Amino acid sequence: MNEIGLTHLLFVSIALFFIGVYGFLTRRNMITMLMSIELILNSVNINFIAFNKYLYANKLDGLFFTIFVITIAAAEAAVAIAIIINLYRNTRSIDVEDADTMKF
Amino acid sequence: MLNSGLIALIPLLPIISFILISLVGRKYFPKLCSAVATLAIFGSFILSLTVAYQYFFQVGKVNGIYQKLIPLKYVWLQFSPNVSIDMGILLDAISVMMIVVVTFISLMVHIYSMGYMKGEERYATYYSFLSLFTFSMLGLVLACNIFQIYIFWELVGVSSFLLIGYYFNKPSAVAAAKKAFIVTRFADLGFLIGILVLAYYSGTLDFQSMIGRLTSHSDQLSSITAASFMGISALTWGLLLVFIGGAGKSAMFPLHIWLPDAMEGPTPVSALIHAATMVVAGVYLVARLFPIFSISCPEALNVVAYVGIFSSFFAAIIACTQTDIKRVLAYSTMSQIGYMMFALGVSRYGGENGLGYMASMFHLFTHAMFKALLFLGAGSVIHYVHSNEMKDMGGLRKHMPITHITFLVACLAIAGIPPFAGFFSKEEILQAAFHANKMIFVIAIITAAITAFYMFRLYFSIFWNKTYVAHGHGHDDHHGEGTFTMKLPLVILGIMSIVAGFVPFSKLVTSDGLPLVTEFHISFSIAPVLLATGGILLALAFYKKENSKPQSMANGLGALYRSAYKKFYIDEIYLFITKKLVFNLIGRPAAWFDRNVIDGTINLVGNGTAGISNAIKTLQSGKMQQYASYFFTGVIAFVILFIYLWT
Repeated sequence: MNEIGLTHLLFVSIALFFIGVYGFLTRRNMITMLMSIELILNSVNINFIAFNKYLYANKLDGLFFTIFVITIAAAEAAVAIAIIINLYRNTRSIDVEDADTMKF
Repeated sequence: MLNSGLIALIPLLPIISFILISLVGRKYFPKLCSAVATLAIFGSFILSLTVAYQYFFQVGKVNGIYQKLIPLKYVWLQFSPNVSIDMGILLDAISVMMIVVVTFISLMVHIYSMGYMKGEERYATYYSFLSLFTFSMLGLVLACNIFQIYIFWELVGVSSFLLIGYYFNKPSAVAAAKKAFIVTRFADLGFLIGILVLAYYSGTLDFQSMIGRLTSHSDQLSSITAASFMGISALTWGLLLVFIGGAGKSAMFPLHIWLPDAMEGPTPVSALIHAATMVVAGVYLVARLFPIFSISCPEALNVVAYVGIFSSFFAAIIACTQTDIKRVLAYSTMSQIGYMMFALGVSRYGGENGLGYMASMFHLFTHAMFKALLFLGAGSVIHYVHSNEMKDMGGLRKHMPITHITFLVACLAIAGIPPFAGFFSKEEILQAAFHANKMIFVIAIITAAITAFYMFRLYFSIFWNKTYVAHGHGHDDHHGEGTFTMKLPLVILGIMSIVAGFVPFSKLVTSDGLPLVTEFHISFSIAPVLLATGGILLALAFYKKENSKPQSMANGLGALYRSAYKKFYIDEIYLFITKKLVFNLIGRPAAWFDRNVIDGTINLVGNGTAGISNAIKTLQSGKMQQYASYFFTGVIAFVILFIYLWT
């Protein structure tokens, strides 16, 4: 092991992504699902940073994108939590199984 | 000078009255509707007289020839720079003559109906329909464009339908209204195709340019005569199809079946629509296109002549056997219109040859007077007796003296006894026929004798024969002959039936606009008058007193009498063709095809969609994470596809 390379970071990112997907598909609690989504987004951020550092070291595009993603993730979390609170007021539950009125 | 605004008011006054009555009058002043309608038509009548005076004596003539004037023209639908449907007014001798006739008869009928229709539940509606009819008829006769005439033609058909079906709770009236509408509509299909054929080749819908192009040596004329279908030129086809439309409206054989049934309508309506005005629209149409018929296509005109004479003779025979007085009058109308038709048919354009044209228009004019009188008289009789059947009448001359006298005048006029109106016009027609076609002349003169016979059969059966016994109703005597408004039109029309024959038609209405010199041969008129007198005397012998002669005569004629009584089974033939043949061979298969094939296809599509949605609706579980896993599966599938398989 001499130094940490691009591959390592990509592995971290992939692990994070699939943990996020797994969490999103299996957790019933909406807050947890939201956290899973944050994991997915962060895996993307790691990708951006890694590629920027290792392949285009003299550019800043990846960093900018990361900052954008973080911003949007924050906004999205706010909206999502607002939705969850509203659902909770209606159904007294934050279980995703209970929010099933949009079916046939 | 002609004022186009005032001329436009002639048809507009009745339509204003129609709108006024239908929208507010029926609800707020139902009793006054008759006055509104009558005032409107009176205004139209005065304007028509003014226009007629100005046209015939002041502005119509240029260098001694009556011109076609277009005081008003409004382009309504422009199809191309040359072809457009216009709404306009065309004044020439026949249209001016027709507006006078239409407004006059309509005025008489409006006045008469005040008494006749009094107390009817839909009194106001009746007057609104009358106004609508008068408007349509005036629009028809004033049309300057063949499509305009077609529009008004259909409007006339609609108002006729409405008025025949006026007693809409009487099944026979409803059936008659439908029959009239369908039969004439069927004929109008021919008219429409005819219009399209003529307009296609002449490149215009306007009467004047169409007549101009199809009567002189022009490209249009050579193309329309060169084009042919089944060995007959397109021109002949076009004119014959237009004539089918005219024959439908004018109740020519074999499209006459609606006219006798149309008598289910109120009697004044029969007088206005089914005797004096609407049914002569076919004659008017042929007269309107007369230059094309006579100059470019005499074959079509021959067809008109033969259809006319046949209908005339055929209807006269049936009229002798009918017992419903309105039906007798209906068949006599058909017979007289046949007269007008064949008079047009034997005529040719211009000069001496145009005698038939003049005679036809003359007969149209006089016939309108005496036939309206006959119908209104019959209306009075029906009003008095409460029956249409001849056997319920008889001996009425003491009970209704005014009706009796005016009816007699009308009968003499239609029989052609001098000096009544019908004599003059019939003489001209017979002369025209004599010069053109001897066979037609012979049949026409026999028809004239039969006409005299059946009209006086009617007259004697109503007013003489047995003594009148009031039966059943008990109120026959106290309402008398009818109100003043019913008697007044009878008297006016009676006077007109006497003097209408002295109108110098040959100087006013001719095929080419030039005055026509008619010779009056006293020797020529002896034969028709004698025959007519013979017919009257025969009727006198048969029907003056109640006797068994008519019955034994009927028995003697046997099958002929029975078939004439049954109207020669034309209705039965129609029923056979429509009910048995058309329904079974076309209607039923079409219905089967519609139900099974068309509906089946649509149902299959519908059911298929419903089935598929039913099967896959469980996919829509409402479970968020299920959707997400579908989504991820899909993404992964695409990733695999694009990275490994899509190379």
